[in-house]
Amino acid sequence: MKKTLFVVAAILLGALVLGAADNVHPFGDPGKAPMDDFFLADSLPNRSAENIVTAVVFDYRGFDTIGEAAVLFTALCSISVLFREGRKK
Amino acid sequence: MNPLSIVVRTVCDLFAWFMIVFGVNVLVHGYMTPGGGFQGGAITATFMAFLLVAYGGRKVLGWAKNALYDLFEEIGLLAFLLLALWGFPNSFFYNSFVKPFVGGEGMIVPECGTIALMSIAVGLEVVGALSLIILTMFRGIRMFQGSSLEMEIGHDR
Amino acid sequence: MIANAPFFLVGLLFLAGLVTIFMEKNLIKIAIAIGIISSAVNLFLVALGYRAGGTIPIHYLAGEGTVMVLPTPQAMTLTAIVIALATTALLLSIIILLYRHYGTLNVDEIRRLRG
Repeated sequence: MKKTLFVVAAILLGALVLGAADNVHPFGDPGKAPMDDFFLADSLPNRSAENIVTAVVFDYRGFDTIGEAAVLFTALCSISVLFREGRKK
Repeated sequence: MNPLSIVVRTVCDLFAWFMIVFGVNVLVHGYMTPGGGFQGGAITATFMAFLLVAYGGRKVLGWAKNALYDLFEEIGLLAFLLLALWGFPNSFFYNSFVKPFVGGEGMIVPECGTIALMSIAVGLEVVGALSLIILTMFRGIRMFQGSSLEMEIGHDR
Repeated sequence: MIANAPFFLVGLLFLAGLVTIFMEKNLIKIAIAIGIISSAVNLFLVALGYRAGGTIPIHYLAGEGTVMVLPTPQAMTLTAIVIALATTALLLSIIILLYRHYGTLNVDEIRRLRG
């Protein structure tokens, strides 16, 4: 009884996920992208950057990179806390 | 943990130090080729994992110092914050040290400003953090010393 | 549907990971399925920013006057991969502590034992 209910629900979920994934814009034609066109046109004259992906990560969107470095540091701190050895009595 | 067989140890001797050179190459040339701080740091941090798998826990934990990787991580984070505050008169992340791109003949290396220095700082931080994560997780499972080793294959001694 | 093949593949990968989380009893296999879901979402993010006939967004590797792909989704994917790495490290540490406390990795038995 439970197995058939799981199978029916999985098929319904599959139809919904696949139907949603196909209904985004057609592959290779993202329409209008004004922010990215500004990044592509502005990075060489004003910021003198050749690699535009690195310029987006470190210069136009630098606050996200600070948050990501903080996440790495926090993960290291919490793993050190989890594996602490107690005092042997 | 005991070290693995002679085949794995020979491959580790050949490749582990080459991986550091390749990772630093991807890190430093991050401003003109695909790559950068995060990608190069992740490649360099697999050096510690490779040594740990091939040579066993007893040798590597006695050889690796925790203070060195702590120093890498702290210097990386502080340098990143300092470089971010450098362009403070104009805006927060302004790209100083930059002359506008003149682009004449004989220009082999393009000039980039603080982007190249920032990616080196982030790469240092990622190397320190990932190596310390691997070492700490291995120290935490050391209480399984009494478990039987006859089920594992590939050991030599 | 053939022209949208990358999005179709993203849907299949996501579905495989999700069904494995519901149906499996071993804790390590559930952690692997979470990694598969992360890979599917990162692939979706990169495939969203493709322009037909575009080249790599680096100025001196591409030529003059060509169409470039969008660079912003690639920058977002870098951040997402690093954050998923930190999450996976914490998840595996908690699984190690669970095994030390309960002695088994089966989800049903852990729910039955108490403390």
